[in-house]
Amino acid sequence: MTLLTGIIVIAVVAMIGVYISWRAGRLDRLHARLEAARFALDAALVRRSSTALELASSGLLDPATSVLLAGAAHDARSPESGRELAESDLTRALRAVFSQPDFRALLAGREGAEELLTELESAAHQVFLARKFYNDAVAATQAARLRWLARIFRLAGRAPDPEFFEIDDSLVLAAETGGRGADLPHLTG
Amino acid sequence: MRIGMVCPYTWEVPGGVREHVSGLAEALMEMGHEVSVIAPADDDAVLPPYVVPAGRAVPVPYNGSVARLAFGFLSASRVRRWLKDGDFDVLHVHEPAAPSLSLLACWVADGPIVATLHAALPRSRALHAAQPILASALEKISGRIAVAEAARNTLVEHLGGDAVLIPNGVHVGRYEKAEPLPGFPGTGGTLGFLGRMDEPRKGLDILLAAFTMMAPDRPGLRLLIAGRGDPGEVLDQVPRPLQPRVVLLGQVSDADRIKMLHSVDVFCAPNTGGESFGYVLVEAMAAGAPIVASDLEAFRQVLRGGEAGELFETGNAAGLAAAAARLLDDPARRARLAAAASVAVREFDWSVVARDVVRVYQAVAPAAGRVAVAL
Repeated sequence: MTLLTGIIVIAVVAMIGVYISWRAGRLDRLHARLEAARFALDAALVRRSSTALELASSGLLDPATSVLLAGAAHDARSPESGRELAESDLTRALRAVFSQPDFRALLAGREGAEELLTELESAAHQVFLARKFYNDAVAATQAARLRWLARIFRLAGRAPDPEFFEIDDSLVLAAETGGRGADLPHLTG
Repeated sequence: MRIGMVCPYTWEVPGGVREHVSGLAEALMEMGHEVSVIAPADDDAVLPPYVVPAGRAVPVPYNGSVARLAFGFLSASRVRRWLKDGDFDVLHVHEPAAPSLSLLACWVADGPIVATLHAALPRSRALHAAQPILASALEKISGRIAVAEAARNTLVEHLGGDAVLIPNGVHVGRYEKAEPLPGFPGTGGTLGFLGRMDEPRKGLDILLAAFTMMAPDRPGLRLLIAGRGDPGEVLDQVPRPLQPRVVLLGQVSDADRIKMLHSVDVFCAPNTGGESFGYVLVEAMAAGAPIVASDLEAFRQVLRGGEAGELFETGNAAGLAAAAARLLDDPARRARLAAAASVAVREFDWSVVARDVVRVYQAVAPAAGRVAVAL
């Protein structure tokens, strides 16, 4: 009788242990996914600002537009007050630049213009995608960390609480799309 | 002379640079010069006859806030057309490093170009990134003016080159006579403050502390404040029984601004720094208000070392309270300071300032020919 109780207790403890370590492994995988998403987002943001800087110093644009773009891109690279703010400002600067009337038409045929604009467009789109996936990973990780088992057994260890990355990354003008601009960014022009 | 002037910020929103451009343009016209100003503005905007609209300004993040600027090829071609039509002797651009019309004008023009720098640009790292782009346009400027030492430093440190100092002007005559606000200054004494209430550098908290020290001994003393900011936050800094004696006007019109300056016994400028020139001081001097100001270098210069206004140690509320009390108790000294101020302020009158600007035009124009379109 006592033997049977002992076996049951051992079995239950072992099952709980297996379960907990399975949960911990899952959380670990979520953290790994989060980390990868953060790298991808970082890379996309850097690519966007460096392409913007390249356009600004290409000599294709007028100096006022160039200075505006260079300032915003530089701030995004090394923000003085919050990265999210600086990246949103870069989005706004890009939107202002690309929504100038006849912007593309005026640049058409200039050496290297089409390549740079296309590159910048795709970099901006990449930011949109990377941010979406990153925030998705944040949400999943946060939910998993909030479960009672994860909290009681501190399964997340010392990993810092993940935070959403909130910026304005839509390059479609809200007015032109009736406010549906947030979902799929593409540069107008 | 035929002068073409470029304002980089939209004409439809009031601001320091726009005020400067209109003040200078009007003073130059009074002297007999012909002036045309191009500025970002809607084509159907109501503008003074000497302002040519360059099309609507676009709000963009710039230098840490949102500015309404005009940029791009289309703006550049409007500037080009304006230059062609204007056939100017000299082109005067304001704030040429801002990504707007002034920079575009430097880009498309050739010939005698004068530039005035207004702001100190604290976010110099972004400026550094834009430096190579700016360089080729700014190289064309043959005469540079800075309105204050701080603006001049920005130029020297970040853009290269030097500038002559010519201060901001004020229409002294417009300030000289005005009716005080109803019920002011009253018999118990009124202290005045003009400026953003929520900007620490304007030093309102120092004045509030000084008022709190003075008010218990002076039952009729009042504090009159004009400027933007949250009234609740201001009143919270004063003990409750004194709060009814602090009068907050909020943001006021130009006319009320002048009336306000005529409504005080002592005008206080407790700024703690960052003030490049001290425009409020010059306004108060023009209105004949006795002044107590912090002893910042810029203020000391404007007030002629204390001859045209009392100075106190910057940031010291007790010092401010003592200086203000001395003046309140000595009407004869107040009158002497006000008289000295109205003499000293004449050097900041637009007629004098514009004359100095014309000297810069004359130094630059003969050697460089007429203004032509480069591109």
